[in-house]
Amino acid sequence: MNDLIFLDHGSTSPCDPRVVEAMNPYFTEIYGNPSSHLHAQGNQASQAVDGARSDVAALVGLAKGQVVFTSGATEANNLALLGLPSAKDPERKHVLVSQIEHYSVVNTLDMLKAHGYTVEELPVDKNGVVTPEILKSRLRSDTALVSVMHANAEVGTIQPIAELAALVRETGAFFHTDATASAGLLPLRMSEWGIDAVTLSAHNFYGPKGVGALVLAEGVRPKPRSYGGWQEFGLRCGTENVPGIVGMAAAARLALAEKAEWAERQALLGRKLWKGLEEKISFIHFTGHPTDRLPGHVSFWVEHVEGESLILFLNSKNIMAASGSACGSNLKAADEDELVASHVLDAVGVPSDICAGSVTFFIGKDTTEAHIDFVLQEFSPIVERLLQMSPTYHDYLKSQKNG
Amino acid sequence: MSNAGPYNPKVMDHFMNPRNMGELESPDGVGEVGNPSCGDMMRLFLKIEDDTVKDVRFQTFGCGAAIASSSMLTEIIKGLSVEEAKKVTNQRIADALDGLPPAKIHCSVMAEEAIQKALEDYENRKKSA
Repeated sequence: MNDLIFLDHGSTSPCDPRVVEAMNPYFTEIYGNPSSHLHAQGNQASQAVDGARSDVAALVGLAKGQVVFTSGATEANNLALLGLPSAKDPERKHVLVSQIEHYSVVNTLDMLKAHGYTVEELPVDKNGVVTPEILKSRLRSDTALVSVMHANAEVGTIQPIAELAALVRETGAFFHTDATASAGLLPLRMSEWGIDAVTLSAHNFYGPKGVGALVLAEGVRPKPRSYGGWQEFGLRCGTENVPGIVGMAAAARLALAEKAEWAERQALLGRKLWKGLEEKISFIHFTGHPTDRLPGHVSFWVEHVEGESLILFLNSKNIMAASGSACGSNLKAADEDELVASHVLDAVGVPSDICAGSVTFFIGKDTTEAHIDFVLQEFSPIVERLLQMSPTYHDYLKSQKNG
Repeated sequence: MSNAGPYNPKVMDHFMNPRNMGELESPDGVGEVGNPSCGDMMRLFLKIEDDTVKDVRFQTFGCGAAIASSSMLTEIIKGLSVEEAKKVTNQRIADALDGLPPAKIHCSVMAEEAIQKALEDYENRKKSA
């Protein structure tokens, strides 16, 4: 097969050509600065940005509130985590986040602690779920903010967000959810479920890179993290990324219209892939929730086989997947000292003494059944090859023979 | 689009087509380093005759660089005298692979440790024989 089979939709997605088309005029024709709205150029740009807000609001089910455009999910998560706890009641000094959040949440917690907050992690069960019972037991009268992602891109698990939000609502704390992995696939009813803030990333639902949003319910106003002009209600200063924002809105419109169809197709292909792997691959261990998971998301690890080598072999067949590491030799790390294990795999109890790397196949809207057939055909010989190379597999074979 | 990854062509060649992969029947020395919880594990088997590395095989659980380093190590040491084999450094293995990414240098260090351990095992067996 000559097709490039991109099954790494947790990391990003291709920009839909219709999105690119919507963006194009905003580079060379409508190039005004939205702040200069007294003249025609600036005014058109300003109108484009404000129009974009309603498309993004519609995607997350926001009836009343604000869409604050940012450079992406990281900036939105930073703004929520650092800006919300002190926004309502400065006496509240307790923050709860799930154990399996993205690094843009995890690595922000030290800053919160430095500002006098007590930060606690909400443990997940073996399927990666933050149960309402767990949340209930950890909520305090001085809890200022609870942040639990909608779905996790590494293990695929979807959280019971509506129930969690309802519990938090009773205590008067803010509830924030990072919907980067789920937007454009799963319904999110922000106003109906009583969610105060939602993080979005455009490039994860067929929009452009470099743009995202923190969507805020009515009356929710985090303390700003950057200082400058009055753009984005003073919450995100700097001239707006107009083409990016227009692209994000176009992607949101597409997703709103087509996501149910995407999700259904992806779920179908995902089940086929899961079943095929389960039948063909010995020593496979699936991760995340078996059913409450992102449509088309299949994550697992294979005993005796390391994750990176699986990804490299898949790449040689033009199949692109993601790898998380239970112990970690992350090529992106600057040096050896920074190699880090995946806190997500660790949290769901993947044993780091026998697992060295997981694989995530995350199907997208343009994935075909032929792609899945090809993956199923190619994957077993790759695993077989690496098993033959593996000292622990040979030890296992010997123990079987002797025992 | 090429399907280039993070490694150079030589590393990829040794990863995709590893040399001397497998096990030796009744080896004269075996060296094992690492464990799966470190992400890498390497086992080296040596056949030694007349103080020379006559044959060598490896089994490796690990990333692309770990497999390529093991494979390259076996090519380097085959035919060397025991004394020469003792002097093989991780730098020599990495250089023979036209270099490794900085975060993967430890894989070549593991290969160096594997040959050291295998030769130690060989000498211990010789002593006790």
